[in-house]
Amino acid sequence: MAESNFNNLPHDAIVVEGVSKQFGNITAVDNLSFTVPRGELFGIIGPDGAGKTTLFRLLTSLMHPTEGNAYVDGLHTVRDYKLIRQRVGYMPGKFSLYQDMSVRENLEFFASVFGTTIEENYELIKDIYCRLEPFADRKAGKLSGGMKQKLALCCALIHAPSVLFLDEPTTGVDPSSRREFWDMLTRLREHNITIIVSTAYMDEASRCDRVAMMNNGRFISTDTPFNIIRKFDKTLLAIRADNMFQLLNDIRRLDFVDSCYTFGEYHHATINQQTDENTKEKMEQILTSQYHHTNLHINECTPTLEDCFILYSR
Amino acid sequence: MKEFNAFIKKEFYHIFRDTRTLMILILLPIILIMLFSFAISVEIRNVNIGILAPTNDNSINQLAHKIETSEYFNITHWLNSPNEINDLMRANEVDLVLAFGDHFDQRMLSADGAQLGIVIDGSNPNNASMEMMYLMGLLQSYFSEKASVLPSSAGSLTTNVRMLYNPQSRSAYNFAPGIMGLILILICALMTSVSIVREKEMGTMEVLLISPVKPIHIILAKMIPYLIISCFVLGIILTLSFTVLGIPMLGTLHWIILVSLVYILLALSIGLFVSNMVDSQLVATLICAVVFMMPILLLSGMLFPIESMPRFFQVVSNIIPARWYISAIKKLMIQGVEFQFVLKEFTILCGMTLLLITASLKKFKEFI
Repeated sequence: MAESNFNNLPHDAIVVEGVSKQFGNITAVDNLSFTVPRGELFGIIGPDGAGKTTLFRLLTSLMHPTEGNAYVDGLHTVRDYKLIRQRVGYMPGKFSLYQDMSVRENLEFFASVFGTTIEENYELIKDIYCRLEPFADRKAGKLSGGMKQKLALCCALIHAPSVLFLDEPTTGVDPSSRREFWDMLTRLREHNITIIVSTAYMDEASRCDRVAMMNNGRFISTDTPFNIIRKFDKTLLAIRADNMFQLLNDIRRLDFVDSCYTFGEYHHATINQQTDENTKEKMEQILTSQYHHTNLHINECTPTLEDCFILYSR
Repeated sequence: MKEFNAFIKKEFYHIFRDTRTLMILILLPIILIMLFSFAISVEIRNVNIGILAPTNDNSINQLAHKIETSEYFNITHWLNSPNEINDLMRANEVDLVLAFGDHFDQRMLSADGAQLGIVIDGSNPNNASMEMMYLMGLLQSYFSEKASVLPSSAGSLTTNVRMLYNPQSRSAYNFAPGIMGLILILICALMTSVSIVREKEMGTMEVLLISPVKPIHIILAKMIPYLIISCFVLGIILTLSFTVLGIPMLGTLHWIILVSLVYILLALSIGLFVSNMVDSQLVATLICAVVFMMPILLLSGMLFPIESMPRFFQVVSNIIPARWYISAIKKLMIQGVEFQFVLKEFTILCGMTLLLITASLKKFKEFI
């Protein structure tokens, strides 16, 4: 069984010490330090260009850091790159399998590339592969987005890696397939596989054990999703009216409003600490009488990870 | 070893499932050989001749008849004045005008001799010189016939030209080796580089790099299928050359195959080298087409003889692998020389191959 192989490995699956990566003048990863204990589902969330993919390439030994050291399973990513490449699984963001090969052929190929067979580690991919099995002879290029991702995950898992790196695995996948995909990741933890997953969807990040919010090459916050939200110490209001565009500008003009941004059907506004308790009434009054907004709705709401990200990245 | 076999199997899946490309690879050499040897021809035929004869002499008529019966020339116009020459040539009515002097018959046998002018449309110098050569041959044979009946002709000089190896000046003889040089580069260099770069584009290369597979195995697995296809295509071309084109294949077959194998390896390493430098299939295709295939057509001696190029291009042609390959294959296939006479070409090809393989293996990136 897969987990028995990982018994004598260091407690921390990933140790990163002051790692930076520069491309000319651009700093993609800026003096990062963090550790990920074994068996954790660690999420990295951040917008495009935050440095997520570069970080993955550094950890999987595909790139050398400009500064600092990183260790995966206690192995140095530059010195021991050959050993690292034998034990990690990696699913790059643009990974698209071999379109002209069938589901089974793709899986068989990746299994033999890693010196194993489908049967040997079938236990690990069983949950995922059983959904694909009816389509085993279909070409990978003819699969739906969600199916492709499931197959790609199977291919990355087929050699029972100790650490699995998934770079934006759910980009371009429909919501229900995304949910399924995360269910699978959660189940994989039973096999004691450490999973590092990046995503641009904040709603997914709440399913991780711990989340690192990444922006401009730095982690602006690293904690459990619960703690990150708990640390959100401002009042958050959700506001809606008929003229949403005008509303946004008007709210931003209010002196007790810290920030305001569009959030789905509502605008979210954070309120300065100093103001008194009944800000909600005060805002309602100003917006209707002074700015003549109609159909105005203002509710206090609980922050999401996205609100936290916007607050911390300012 | 199991990993390696899986790799090669995968490459064959790619090749055989892309039937369109595969058909092109196999049909292209066949079509090219047919085209170049039957349709496209640099031999001259149907040259239109105008004759300017002030007097209607007997010998002029005889000569005209001789010209008319040759397979290269047609007499289309009889001119009355030299002023017509220019107009007819500009209208492309005639390619060549024979201008006889006055009283050609009488003067031909006199001490002063007769006058005969030849005016050729020189806008295509290659054709002009060929026409000239053919015509001179005709004239010479006519006049020597004529002179031989006279007793005083004992000392006249006759030239006797023989075209060795290619007695009918068939252009197919020239093209078959050229097409081999072209097609093998196309299959090996273009296809290999595109198939490696495709893995980069699709992100599968990153996954393959993060696997226990040795990079050299990735490369070899890419090369072997195309090596096999190239050998197959080589077989087709050689068979066609022998059967359809009737090229004698005087040289021993195994030397032709040996030289071709070295050239195939060279082309494969070009493909590998290109794939190391670029990251998109489009750029790989462009580089192979512009940097490697165009010079083969223009500078390898396939279409234009190297000896008649400007000095600069003669020097440049030295670094074009196909030049040496085509030269060696011509010698082996058509002249039927011993292997020792193509030793120079063979050594150069081997050297280039070694250089490129070393360079591209050194440049192969295990990291992004």
